[in-house]
Amino acid sequence: MAKDNRPGSLLIRGGRVIDPLARVDALMDVLLRDGQVSEIAPPNKIRVNADEKIDARGLIVAPGFIDLHAHLREPGQGYKETIASGTAAAAAGGFTSVCCMPNTTPVLDSPEWVTWVRQPQRGAVVNVFPVAAATQASKGAVLTDFRALQRAGAVAVSDDGKPVLSETTMRDALRASAEINFPVVQHAEDTRITQNCSMNEGPTSFRLGLRGMSVMAEAGIVDRDVQLAQQFNGARLHVAHVSTGEALKSIRRGKKNRARVTCEVTPHHFALTDADIRDYDTNFKMNPPLRSAEDREALLAALADGTVDAIATDHAPHALHEKIIEFDRAAFGITGFETALGLAISVLHAHRIPLARIIELFTSGPARVLDLRGRGTLLRGSHADVTIFDPKKRWTFDAAKSRSKSHNTPFDGRQLTGKVVATIVGGKIVHRAG
Amino acid sequence: MPATQRQNGIKSARGSLLGIEHMPVAEINALVQLARKMNPQKPRPLLKGKRVLLLFYEPSTRTRTSFEIAAKSLGATTTVVLSSGSSIEKGESLLDTAYTLRAVGADAIVVRHPNSGAPHLMASHVDIPVINAGDGMHEHPTQALLDGYTILRHKKKLAGLQVTIVGDVYHSRVARSAIHLLSKSGAKITLCGPPELVPDVATTLVDGLRISRSCEEAVRGADIVMVLRVQRERLAGLKVSLPDYISRYQITMARLRLAKSDALLMHPGPIIRGLELTWDVADCPQSVIVEEVKNGVPLRMAVLARALGKAR
Repeated sequence: MAKDNRPGSLLIRGGRVIDPLARVDALMDVLLRDGQVSEIAPPNKIRVNADEKIDARGLIVAPGFIDLHAHLREPGQGYKETIASGTAAAAAGGFTSVCCMPNTTPVLDSPEWVTWVRQPQRGAVVNVFPVAAATQASKGAVLTDFRALQRAGAVAVSDDGKPVLSETTMRDALRASAEINFPVVQHAEDTRITQNCSMNEGPTSFRLGLRGMSVMAEAGIVDRDVQLAQQFNGARLHVAHVSTGEALKSIRRGKKNRARVTCEVTPHHFALTDADIRDYDTNFKMNPPLRSAEDREALLAALADGTVDAIATDHAPHALHEKIIEFDRAAFGITGFETALGLAISVLHAHRIPLARIIELFTSGPARVLDLRGRGTLLRGSHADVTIFDPKKRWTFDAAKSRSKSHNTPFDGRQLTGKVVATIVGGKIVHRAG
Repeated sequence: MPATQRQNGIKSARGSLLGIEHMPVAEINALVQLARKMNPQKPRPLLKGKRVLLLFYEPSTRTRTSFEIAAKSLGATTTVVLSSGSSIEKGESLLDTAYTLRAVGADAIVVRHPNSGAPHLMASHVDIPVINAGDGMHEHPTQALLDGYTILRHKKKLAGLQVTIVGDVYHSRVARSAIHLLSKSGAKITLCGPPELVPDVATTLVDGLRISRSCEEAVRGADIVMVLRVQRERLAGLKVSLPDYISRYQITMARLRLAKSDALLMHPGPIIRGLELTWDVADCPQSVIVEEVKNGVPLRMAVLARALGKAR
């Protein structure tokens, strides 16, 4: 039979299917056909001669992971990452869908650039959902055309990397969000009080002689935004990379008051604290910064109790010349796709967060945040996006072998538990562990 | 290829001096002992033929000249590179500058830099000793060593001394290095100043550190009163009023008299008379401000001799 680009049928046999949305946790076979989940049934009940089979015995079969927050750096910053290299790294990390941030060159603030990012010529191997800029050139002054951006395929708006600082602008953005059911993603940082800061404010910043960002720089903006979101019925606020216990308090209050507020937490914020910053290693420099042990505990509690909707990587590749320099001058950000699952299992499982909840944070949680229909679940008829992983596999992450163009990670050489075995997008295997 | 050492977890060439925090107390004592044998009036050609590069990204009077004189007193040649007027102005990175200095034949690099941790970055990438001459708000190890040396010329030992540090601790690399050195040596340290300049978090730096918001209380009974410079522009940024600072924290003769009668008055310089201390305090018999500057030379001779393996 001649091979064409259309995916054939793929049968995943004998795995333990965990689909939090469908409330499934059982040994099941999954048949993927025509880009969809065609059948899901107890072992050996699907009697189809599939084109391809995967033996998933001893493995977890989960809905494809969704990353709400990543930097794929195109257009304009291909020396850090391309959509092709970034999505290859995402696939290796088990992500079948990636939402890419608009702080590119130029800023993703027009329908044309949103379309450009989604074109097949970019070479993406997983689904790419662009988040467009909330204001023109992300300057915080004039709102972009949300409706046109949505129509072009953007899944949300954000000025990520910077906050929408002005209260008026944020109010207008949330009003527009309510009108067309379009989430506003906020990078919460009061940049008026974080100038020249390169890490969290606390004993470590004092000891290292570095200027520290206060907890209030994040919590103040989150609190304001949650209050604004409550003013507009239907406004959707998603708080990116929450890093402080204080901000979580406002988010909990908003959720209790039935505001449409969601949030994400990154693996590095639940795995590390500012005390881990040794020797001015700029691979520990990101924004928001690594916080105190108390903040980390608050994040772990919120990941466990349901306050947090998603784990997102904030994958932020940078070239060596932007990182191997003075700490104060180095770029903020670390790569994150390939270590996310291993960190989640290693750290969260140790904190007694069940595997099903961890999977929810990678799948149905993020799908709900951005309304990605037919994703984040393996219900029949869903997109054939599947992540297969070994939850017990112990391995050591080697940054030099990363698929990303950049290797700025604090986790090089870190022992992890839990490894992706195969990543399937639209019924096609896009990554398979060697 | 010189052997390497690990200080602060950083791999650096043996003889590097990056900070006091991770320096064993025995090494501190050895350097102070060595400094006693050094006399700039009697040059010793210990470092004959060695090249010491002085790389300064920030203005400096005391540190730069005393390093230069120290190196020359040991027979080394010195070259000063300033960030202005060099390729640094054209955007050359810190590491490329370091590689360049190594390539032209530097045997050791003395570096002052406005960014905390810059000497550490350099030390982890070159195979010659790097000496920190002050990095950002982090450390100024030779200043702490020369202050320890100075105190020991007047007091038998550091252990048990009551040391009061008054002024802008937050922005001060001198304070951080001094606190580490004095604490390791067993002195009892009190920090004094407004919360903006002496934040509560400062007590986490070492065990047993105390903060006092009252200058009188902090100075009373002290063996050492160490005054730090206050920069006007930083006060403005922090909304601390200058007259208020002066009235509450300026070291005056009246306040100094609350200290022990044989107390030493120290200041790393540059001093701003009329701000952190009065004119007469700077020149009073208890003041060792000028002596500190003088002692910087033998102490830095010791540091350079150690760096280049001629510590005899």
